Amino acid sequence: MTVSFESPADVKQRLARAGYLASDAVATTVYLAATLGKPLLVEGPAGVGKTALSQAVAEATQSELIRLQCYEGVDEARALYEWNHAKQLLRITAGRDETWDEARTDIFSDEFLLPRPLLQAIRRDGPTVLLIDEVDKADVEIEGLLLEVLGDFQVTVPELGTIAATQRPFVVLTSNATRELSEALRRRCLFLHVDFPEPDLEADIVRLKVADLDKTLADSVVRVVNALRAMPLRKSPSVAETIDWARTLLALGADILDDEIVQQTLGVILKHRDDTEKATAKLDLNTVLGS
Amino acid sequence: MSAQPAEDDEDLTARLVAFVGALRSKGIPAGTSETVDAAAVIDVLGLHDRDLLREGLASALVRRGGQRDVFDMTFDLFFPAGVGVSEAAMDAAGMELDDLRDLLAMALADGDLRTLEQIAELAVDLLGEVGVRDTNTAGWSAYQTLERLRPQTLIAQVLEQRGQGGAGGQGQGQGSGQGQGGSDQFTDRLERDELRQSIERFRQMVQAEARRRTAEVRGREVVTRHAVRPGNDRIDFLSANRQQLEELRRTVQPLARRLATRLAARRRKNRRDRIDIRRTLRRSMGTGGIPIKPVYAKPNPARPELVLLCDVSGSVAGFSGFTMHLVQALSSQFSKVRVFAFVNAMDEVTDMVDLEEADLAGRIGREAHITKWHTSSDYGEAFADFAELFMDSVGPRTCVLVLGDGRNNNQDPNFSALHEISQRSRRTFWLNPEHSTRWGLGDSVASEYAEVVEMHECCNVEQLTRFVSRLLPV
Repeated sequence: MTVSFESPADVKQRLARAGYLASDAVATTVYLAATLGKPLLVEGPAGVGKTALSQAVAEATQSELIRLQCYEGVDEARALYEWNHAKQLLRITAGRDETWDEARTDIFSDEFLLPRPLLQAIRRDGPTVLLIDEVDKADVEIEGLLLEVLGDFQVTVPELGTIAATQRPFVVLTSNATRELSEALRRRCLFLHVDFPEPDLEADIVRLKVADLDKTLADSVVRVVNALRAMPLRKSPSVAETIDWARTLLALGADILDDEIVQQTLGVILKHRDDTEKATAKLDLNTVLGS
Repeated sequence: MSAQPAEDDEDLTARLVAFVGALRSKGIPAGTSETVDAAAVIDVLGLHDRDLLREGLASALVRRGGQRDVFDMTFDLFFPAGVGVSEAAMDAAGMELDDLRDLLAMALADGDLRTLEQIAELAVDLLGEVGVRDTNTAGWSAYQTLERLRPQTLIAQVLEQRGQGGAGGQGQGQGSGQGQGGSDQFTDRLERDELRQSIERFRQMVQAEARRRTAEVRGREVVTRHAVRPGNDRIDFLSANRQQLEELRRTVQPLARRLATRLAARRRKNRRDRIDIRRTLRRSMGTGGIPIKPVYAKPNPARPELVLLCDVSGSVAGFSGFTMHLVQALSSQFSKVRVFAFVNAMDEVTDMVDLEEADLAGRIGREAHITKWHTSSDYGEAFADFAELFMDSVGPRTCVLVLGDGRNNNQDPNFSALHEISQRSRRTFWLNPEHSTRWGLGDSVASEYAEVVEMHECCNVEQLTRFVSRLLPV
């Protein structure tokens, strides 16, 4: 293992230096994933920092981050490797007088291979963090491929033979739970459910990201956002939106929250009209608007 | 929290295995490989930090969101923070109820979770004991504790304490510290709700503490079986209380999203690869009866229509309400969804089904014509109504779902009306929230109805999910 930590506290400290404030749950699970050499499956609502976590791990351990973005229809050629057909054709036309055997051994060599993220991660010598993003968007067939790769960290290319990883990459899979992932895939991973952080932690995050923000204002911002999350909204404000809101308030030069400023900037945290209406009613903003 | 008793490996292994067994009995499907992972986790983390251990074990044993509550409750029983009464509680023996309430009010004003936890411990010890000691009725009751302590009545007192600004703002209590400038701070209006949440947290602490203490005298297995709530998708529709139904309603949207992808996948699959046997055989005539070239069925691009007939009387209302919401959320998967409700008269309620509506059954009861001269459910009468008034909503593309327990109060079941409906439709299913063992008992005519249309047991969200994703035509 090249991506390694000494203890959960060490994880926390090093991630914090990389600009990611981790909760106990996150720190412990990252530590275990690194120590036990298991992939980490991260689930949770959008905007709680699932992708940012792997970026922070990469930065904290000076590893390279290799990212495989999944989408409907992503296939082996996009995820694993592909032969560079155009280049192969050029090579064949260039060597006109060659025998078939010569040409064949040449065009199926490393030069004509296009490694995609999974193969890249396996072939790398240095420490590597492999991020497989939004794995629930990919088709079920890709899961089978992932099982093989994540199981023994080796890939078989028929023409080249089996390529095994010299050192296991630190693998993070993220999912928004739009589709049930198969049991087999879940079983191979450590599971981490990231939820909205506790108010204290969120206030710290806001102040880390928006350095000039007053502590009192940061606390108030987080309290309002938490109150909004308790409402039955179509889209609860995420951490990213809290930070955006804090930036907005800072840009407007607000030093305390009052009805007017909240009313004006509610659009930064709530993205649906009915949500805005609901929040306005619940937070008694209407009384001000009317006057 | 380092009160983990030293144990030898043998004991620890046995405890871990028992723990996993308890999780399985509560619907967390942890297999052997998960148990091995969990053991590796204990090995790496050690036992000295309970919070880390909790997170570590959760990452190995819990494999999806929504199971964490069950895990936490079971974890508290199998890896308790301590044994018996803590020293703080010993010191406080002989404390009066009023003192305890004052203490609680102070802790709530500060928003200090640690203190709240200690008070929960004290409260259960002082107020919660039930049964006779050293017999198998002994235990600690969270209900009794909370009933005597009545934390919800403290809100006014706490707000007053905060208003004085005297209480130091530790932990989460940012609100009180800054309140000095003026009481018209914007965040002040959130205080009441935040306080309610703190009290809810305290309530959960008391419940956890009562479970822990009871487990010490009655054994962990007994307590796990009875006191640990199953996960949301295992809650029985018929016995769910108001709060649980409310929780379930919140799971509708994510569940619908998952089901929609599954239905879409099934539809995609249907579109290709279906061989039309009749036409393949007909074509094989040209090649001497050997089917050289298969003929594929034409894709059927039309999405099915869905008609729901929901019994909204009494106990079934929770199940019907949930299913109506779910179907509404899934409406993009069907070309048309119509919802009818009945007790003993049928009326269309499609427009009333709205996910924002918490009290759906109440609204339907007020606004729709669903009863005649009496208020007990009568399926026969309702089906007859439907056949007479709304039969044109059912066609060869329609899938009809009947929701109800088939308890007909000894009225005429009117099988022919249901048969007629099912004949006109593409498929007709009956979803029954009662356990299949109880079908046909008492005034239930479920087993007779089951001979007319296909009936499925749908006691909980898990079974309903399975039905929608596997059987519902797409």
